[in-house]
Parts: sequence; C-alpha cells; structure tokens
Amino acid sequence: MAAKKELTNWGNFPSIEGVSMSFRSNDDLRYLINKNTNAIVRGLGRCYGDSSLAATVFSSAGFNKILDFDAAGATILCQSGVSFADLVDFLVPRGFFLPVTPGTKYITVGGAVASDVHGKNHHVDGSFCNHVSEMSLMLDSGQIVICSRVQNSDLFQATCGGMGLTGVIMTVRFGLKRIASDHIEQVSLKAQNLDEVLQLFEQYRRATYSVAWIDCLQKGKTLGRSILMVGEHASTPPPTTNRTQKLSIPFFLPGWVLNKWSVKIFNFLYFHKQIRKKAKSKVRLDAFFYPLDSILHWNRMYGKKGFVQYQFVLPIGAGKEGLREVLTAIADSGRGSFLAVLKVFGKQDTGIISFPMEGYTLALDFPIQSGLFEFLDQLDLLVKKHGGRLYLTKDSRMSASFFESTYETMGEFKTVLRRWAPLGYWQSHQSNRLAMTKP
Amino acid sequence: MNVLILGAKSDISVALSKSLAREGHHLWLAARDVEFLDSLKSDLQIRYGILVDVIQFDATDFTNHQNWFQSLETLPDVVVTVFGYLGEQQVAETSWDEAQKILNVNFVGAVSILNVVASAFVMAKRGIIVGVSSVAGDRGRQSNYIYGSAKAGLSAYLSGLRNRMWHAGVHVVTVKPGFVATKMTEGLDLPPALTASPEQVAELIAEAIKTKKNIVYARGMWRWIMMIIRLIPESVFKRLRL
Repeated sequence: MAAKKELTNWGNFPSIEGVSMSFRSNDDLRYLINKNTNAIVRGLGRCYGDSSLAATVFSSAGFNKILDFDAAGATILCQSGVSFADLVDFLVPRGFFLPVTPGTKYITVGGAVASDVHGKNHHVDGSFCNHVSEMSLMLDSGQIVICSRVQNSDLFQATCGGMGLTGVIMTVRFGLKRIASDHIEQVSLKAQNLDEVLQLFEQYRRATYSVAWIDCLQKGKTLGRSILMVGEHASTPPPTTNRTQKLSIPFFLPGWVLNKWSVKIFNFLYFHKQIRKKAKSKVRLDAFFYPLDSILHWNRMYGKKGFVQYQFVLPIGAGKEGLREVLTAIADSGRGSFLAVLKVFGKQDTGIISFPMEGYTLALDFPIQSGLFEFLDQLDLLVKKHGGRLYLTKDSRMSASFFESTYETMGEFKTVLRRWAPLGYWQSHQSNRLAMTKP
Repeated sequence: MNVLILGAKSDISVALSKSLAREGHHLWLAARDVEFLDSLKSDLQIRYGILVDVIQFDATDFTNHQNWFQSLETLPDVVVTVFGYLGEQQVAETSWDEAQKILNVNFVGAVSILNVVASAFVMAKRGIIVGVSSVAGDRGRQSNYIYGSAKAGLSAYLSGLRNRMWHAGVHVVTVKPGFVATKMTEGLDLPPALTASPEQVAELIAEAIKTKKNIVYARGMWRWIMMIIRLIPESVFKRLRL
C-alpha cells in the first residue's frame, strides 16, 4: 500500500526516495518496528538536510496529544509529535511560553529533543533539553523505557541532541516559562562591525533574548556590520491587536533571483531602515520569535535545487579572531546569505553530542550553486582549526572524517548506542553518511 | 449533547472530537486501541475542559454489539460511525480474508451496531445517527470496488434507515467523503486540489449534525464529480480505467 515518494526536508536538499508511515499510538509504532528492518522518525521535516530522511520513515506528526499540564508546577507532558505551533497556541493564553524556541514553531517536541534546539536565550537558559525533566523512549524491541538525569541517565544524555538514533522519543515532560504578556519589549542596536556587535552582546549579556542579524558581504572596517536584537517578555498585557495575515511563496523562485547584488541591496536596506543607533519597540511574540514563519514556504525562495544552511559554533577561546577569519572567507567568496544570524552561546550542560558550546554561533543560508560544496569544505577547515563544529540539524553535506574529528564525544555516544540500540535499527541518511551508528 | 464516536481513532474522528469539544459536548470515544483513546481523552480534557469517556469497541465483534450498546450509562444523543477499512483491492480480489475484512468492517459492522442504535432511538423517539460512507460507494470502479461495494451497501442502508427513522423523529446523516489526507490514505498519491483535510471533513459533519442534513459530500465538489461519474453509460464506463 505504502508508495515510495521523494522526501526532502526544509533545505530541499537532498531528496531521498522513501516510504513514510505514521503512528498514533504505542501499538501502531510496535507494528511498524516489527514490519521493518530499520527506520528513522520524522516530525514536521524542518531540519534542513537529511537528519530525518531514510528509505523508511516513521512519521510522528499524528502522535500529538498533550497528556498533562501542570500550571502550578509550570510543566507539561506531551507526546513527541506535538508541534511548537500547537503549544504556543495552547500556552500563551494561559500565561506560559516555551522555555526555549528556535526560529520556527513548525517543529515537534520530539524534534526539539533530538536536535536539542537552542534559541535566542541560550546564554541564560541553555538549550531545550536543559528544561526536559523526563522522557520515555521506545526501543527497537518495542519496549518503553523511562529516562531522566537520574534514571537511565546515559540514555537520557545520548537522546538529548542524539538525532533520534537511540530510540523513538515517545513522551517528554518539560518546564515552562511564565509570561505576563504575549508581547516582547525589543531593543534593536546597530553595530558598525564585529568588535562593536560582540561588545554589545557582552553589554546585554543579562538580557533574556539576544541575537544579531549580520551582513556577511561587508569587508574590512565594516566586517561584521550587524543589528543586535535583544528582548524581554513584556510585563503588562498591551491592548489586543489583530493577527497578521500569512504570506506564502506559492512556487519555487528561479535560482537566479538571489544573487550577490540582490542580497547586497536587501542587506543595505535592512541595515539602513533603522536610522537611530538604538530603537525600542513592543512586538508580538510571533513577530519576535518566528519572523520567517509569517512567510509560508520561504524555503522556495532559493529555487528548486534547494539550499544549505551552514551553522557552526566556535568555542569562546577561539575568540573574535576565529570569527573574523571565517567571516572574511565568506565575504571574500561573495556568496550572499540573506539570513546570517550571529548568537553568543552560554554554557552547555545537556547532551553527549548536543551542538551548542560556550562560544559564537553563526548560521548562513547558501543556495545550491556550482562550487558551493568545495567552498563549504574550505570553511570546514577554518571551523575545525578553531575547535568548532557544525549543527547536525542543518547539515546535509559534511564528511564523516570532518564530523568525527569535530565531535570528540562520539565514542561516548556510541557506547550508549551499543547498550540501548545495539542492532542499529535507527538510521538516517545523515547517520549513515557520517557513520554515526557504526561501532 | 452526549456524542458517541465509533471508530474514534481515525483522523476524521480526532478532528471531529476537537470540533465538538470546542462546543463543550460530552464525548464517548470508542475504538479498539484504548491506549490511543486515553491519550486523546487527556488531550481533549486539557485543551477544552470537557467530559470524555473511553470505551473499547470492535466493529466486527457483531455478537456483542447489543450488550455493548446497552451497557452504556445513558442513551447518547448522537452516534457517529467513522470506522472503516480501506484494505488493498488487488489483495482482496484473490484473498477472501482481505475481502471479508473489508466487507465486515465497512458494511456488516456498521449494520450490526446501527441496528442496535436505531432500535434504542426509536424507543426514545429521538436521536441523530451519522454514518460515514464514501464516494467510492456511488459507483463501482475497478481500482476499489470491494471497498466501494461495502460502502455502497452502507449508503443504501443509511438511506433506508433515514426513511424509517424519520417517522420516529430520529435523523440520519450520510457523509460521503472523497479523498481525505489521513493515515488511511498516506501511502497514496492524492491530487491536492481534490483532497480534503480531516478538519474540513469534521467541520462538515459537525455542521450536518446541527442543521440535520441528509447527505453530505466532503468536500462539496464531490457531489458533482460523482454525478458525472454516475451519468457515464455503462457501455462506456466498463472500458475506462478508473
């Protein structure tokens, strides 16, 4: 019955022929596990590359029930397929918000754990898994195991950021943030170069949310020209406003639309639309956290060939100089990235192979064009040289050897896999590409 | 209202449950997979603060349907049958097990339980019965005529039942969905323009309960599509690959 389809995630690259089957209960999933020999679980497909692609995909999108909501204790228990969009709708009117959210709400709770997602508050609140108190997983035997920081803690730590390779994340209990308003007090600050934006990050290190939009085409004195946005949950509810209509990109734009010049113009306008050095405003939660979600299918902007999002982190020790070197290489290449986002990470306590580490992270989009992969291989060398690594959730192209040399804790991760997933049942196109489940 | 949903695990049922929960109705969810129903119960209670009861129900456990229905605490105001089994046409052409399962779930099971429900509603002189059939029952086509014939049987049953029940003050709604993007159809390549979401179908069902419609196509354009398909002369129709 199940037909093979071309499956792709948000970057529209790569495209893998596979069968997707959904589960809505433990029994459904046990049946699927028995019927197949290996698989990977997929939520809403918002990772960029091949993390959740495989010949056999188990879709968790229908496994989406809220099982418990404890307002007094500010925690919630969800099945893994519950989306952040659904949770925002449920939580905000009740005076709560997600403890950590990435830049899109179209992800699932299970995906948030598997990627150990981070948000604009990483420097104060850590990553998503930092707020998870307990999870249940289904192993390839069909057995359900509970894990937390005290119970089966090796499984818990390997599952946080573990890309779904330990088992199927079934239910997750996590802490919530109390909010008094559905608005954010936002301050935007213009920085003329890298030194200035890093100084601003330091100056605003106590702000709950901070992130910088950076113009990657600037060179020399203006290298790192950016706008830092910091935010706090507003303390008083503002008058209600009407929801904005969603725009949609209905079809793939031709690949040439985005080029060095159009990006230059966009970046110029974006930087100069704010005249003052510092601007304050009060914005809706959605506008602050999910600006791109208001343009449905924005990934089609990059054309049918798709795009790669390149997100790396450099340890704090690599300092400004490391960041300057990578930014210079990007600016020199002239490969424009519409959306380059710079963020300072705080300490990271959770997850064996979670991506974040104390330092600087930069995320850039590159449409797939000739020479891109060679260029990214060059960037990899710089990232490695400074002790950094790439975010698996965004990756679709790094090499196994580069991965292994930058994720030093893979040995520990594999030890946990040998205990909890010894048959290597959970495999994705990415885990095979990077030999993540090879003993 | 007390609403009993039979086959409450289907995506259409889940969407219908949410739609009815939003209006504050008391729901009785019935299906085989109780663990699933318990998760749906939590979800509905947490989001909408309504009363939800979970009861195990097997559409093919014909001999127990009478006792099963009588064991309910009170008589529901609305009974919705959503259970169904698409099966695999090609397998069913040669495997009696598959063919029988398709007929039993979609037709025999529905007749078995609705006979019981109808008797109770006649006695009470009230009630609404909603049967989810399919456009597949409007004309047999080579690609799914075993499922289609079971649904044709169900549509004919519901039509007769509506006729009989009218005199007792009981209303019967026949719902005929076309393509719906659900777990039942996830392996199929459905044309997006003709495919409804479970939520769209659920809204039409909820509306049909309120306004006591007789036959509802979901989405509405299927009424016209099926009218054209029914109008094709058999001498031509038999040559088509539909």
